[in-house]
Amino acid sequence: MSLGSVPLKYKISIDRDQCMKCMRCVDNCSYGVYRIEDDKILIDSRKCTACHRCISMCPRDAINLQEKPVDYRSHPLWTAEAREDVINQARTGKIILAGMGNARDYPIIFDRLVLDACQVTNPSIDPLREPMELRTYIGKKPAKLEFTKNNGDVELKTKLAPNLKLDTPIMIGHMSYGAISLNAQLSLAKAVAKTGTFMGTGEGGMHESIYPYQNHTIVQIASGRFGVDINYLERGAAIEIKVGQGAKPGIGGHLPGEKVCSDVSCTRMIPLGSDAISPAPHHDIYSIEDLAQLVRSLKEATNWEKPVFVKIAAVHNVAAIAAGIARSDADAVVVDGFKGGTGAAPKVFRDNVGIPIEAAIAAVDEKLNEQGIRNKVSLIASGGIRNSADITKSIALGADAVYIGTASLIALGCRVCGNCYRGLCPWGIATQKQELVDRIDPEIGSENVANLINAWTLEISELMGAAGLNSIESLRGNRERLRGYMLDQGLLDVLKIESVGA
Amino acid sequence: MEPLVIDVKGMHYTPLNKIIREAVASGIKEIVLNNVLGQRFIGNGVRGDAKITINGVPGGDLGMFMSGPECEIFGNAEHAPGNTMDYGSLIIHGSAGDAVAHSMRGGKVFVKGNIGYRGGIHMKEYEGKRPILVVGGTSHAFLGEYMAGGLILVLGIGQEPTIQDRGIGSGIHGGEIVIRGDVNEKLLGVGAKKVEFNEDDLARLTPVIKDFCERFDIDSSQFLDTNYSRIIPASSRPFAGKYTWE
Ligand code: SF4
Ligand code: SF4
Repeated sequence: MSLGSVPLKYKISIDRDQCMKCMRCVDNCSYGVYRIEDDKILIDSRKCTACHRCISMCPRDAINLQEKPVDYRSHPLWTAEAREDVINQARTGKIILAGMGNARDYPIIFDRLVLDACQVTNPSIDPLREPMELRTYIGKKPAKLEFTKNNGDVELKTKLAPNLKLDTPIMIGHMSYGAISLNAQLSLAKAVAKTGTFMGTGEGGMHESIYPYQNHTIVQIASGRFGVDINYLERGAAIEIKVGQGAKPGIGGHLPGEKVCSDVSCTRMIPLGSDAISPAPHHDIYSIEDLAQLVRSLKEATNWEKPVFVKIAAVHNVAAIAAGIARSDADAVVVDGFKGGTGAAPKVFRDNVGIPIEAAIAAVDEKLNEQGIRNKVSLIASGGIRNSADITKSIALGADAVYIGTASLIALGCRVCGNCYRGLCPWGIATQKQELVDRIDPEIGSENVANLINAWTLEISELMGAAGLNSIESLRGNRERLRGYMLDQGLLDVLKIESVGA
Repeated sequence: MEPLVIDVKGMHYTPLNKIIREAVASGIKEIVLNNVLGQRFIGNGVRGDAKITINGVPGGDLGMFMSGPECEIFGNAEHAPGNTMDYGSLIIHGSAGDAVAHSMRGGKVFVKGNIGYRGGIHMKEYEGKRPILVVGGTSHAFLGEYMAGGLILVLGIGQEPTIQDRGIGSGIHGGEIVIRGDVNEKLLGVGAKKVEFNEDDLARLTPVIKDFCERFDIDSSQFLDTNYSRIIPASSRPFAGKYTWE
């Protein structure tokens, strides 16, 4: 033990005058912070993850949590985190695993973008009395429409490609059963059915209890092909090929064996307790031509009735990759930015690899337009979208729709403690322990998630109205409605927007 | 019932697959495809118990997501026959390309000749479903990579040694790879280990060997001994020790 221990991350204390010894904190903490000895509640702060479960359940507001109660000698380079990571790795010799999204203090481009509003010359629109069109279609659009005239009747001659019809441009991204619990997934499924949108199943197959909501699901296939068979493909309203993920571009997924319980094993169709490894490359895809073959194979298997999406992580040459995807016969490209969440990722990836989604959307939209193929593919943005303003800005930068992930989990109780990979989530989200899973009532959970989607949809309408737009189509790629605030010229050029005041 | 015979010369794969799907759904048990030349995805996602005879060289992803039919191919097969196949069989009288039986989860793929790179990659099993890939000749590198279940058997007919390419079983965490003769340990990938092939193993595999040999009219007695190397995962959790918590 030459290295000794590092200081506590969080310090928990109980106001003993307030406490009524109801023991809810003891029961609620799955990390084992609290225990009872001789009728006294003892606290082991070292085990705390700041998940806030105890605080939110305490009827007396008696619990207090303090972050980093003891500090090191301050140093601008050798932050506490830098030092503690070194100590951790000197002790173990292993890769540090982390959960949720990028935890570094990078500037957030969304917060340096402001939306424009109408004043006198071009009046704004009141969504209370004017219809606002937020309906979004995801999929290929024809370059032009052709009609035939038949005895005065006009018929559409152009054959339209299958599209997903969304009542709002907000979808829920892929979080697999395995990474999250069944009750969490069920809450999301019920919520998207209520709000007329879609959710991703993740790369883990589809559990039977999701079947009633299958028309609102996008089934995912990753390199490991977990849970993938013809029935699974036929169930989804659309199919997504996962190539990359924002939280860990360039590496694959890995569900540790301890999370592969019996139900997860049957959904993924793998033995109980075995690791579910899906490495980064699909081993039948080594080029855009191979990708096109997989896209077509999925379409062929499902009678060319379903849109096929391709999800990639936002990286530097994302625009060229997306242009290749648009030519592969895919119907939508999903770009996941470097603030995207995950159940588990090597920390060094989560915090250092990838590019911000704002830049990626703009670059992809621009490239597809330049090449005259923007209609061939829809653009779905994800990775660190926190509110309706982020969504509105994403669409103004060129996205057709967004995927939200972490935000939908926060609507189920998640406090972003970042310990999802341990399988002990006290909110019943990132866990397969039945007693914890039971903490989510899918009815109530779905209400909360649906409320969030509805609230954001209302806000998007208001923002559009203020900008003088009554249809989401007119907002898409409308960078005239955006200005950069305190952004350098280089970034303004990438985003293709003007500075404030212009 | 008369077999449905189709001359597919110059035909695109989509109408072809539509005909196959409708025929199988309508109860036709035998389909013969003549002059096949590069049509991809034959049998893709088809469910049922029909027999499909393919005369010629099918294109990539033959039998992908297929569940039930038997395809017998009198010719070579391209990239990834048996990709994510659920159930059924592919009997290939020639050789096949890369990623043969990729993520296959049930049924069997028999290749009389050789296969390319990454054969049997991600093959997996669950409960009663145990996929089998048998190769009469040899395979290139990364055979059984990330294999999570099932059986790969390589007989090495006309090859000495059976396999000379590396990366056998890289990342394997389930299932077994059985290769005729001795395999140089240097060819094994990370996470794979070689164990003895014993009489019990032979008893287990004898029906598979006989089945394969009968299909291609090969004398099976020459393979019914314990002169094999058996390669299995060093652990079912190859990456369990790689990470520490934040
Ligand atoms: S939950 Fe609050 S009131 Fe109840 S025992 Fe814990 S600290 Fe005391
Ligand atoms: S899902 Fe659970 S474990 Fe993960 S960050 Fe949220 S509260 Fe913490």
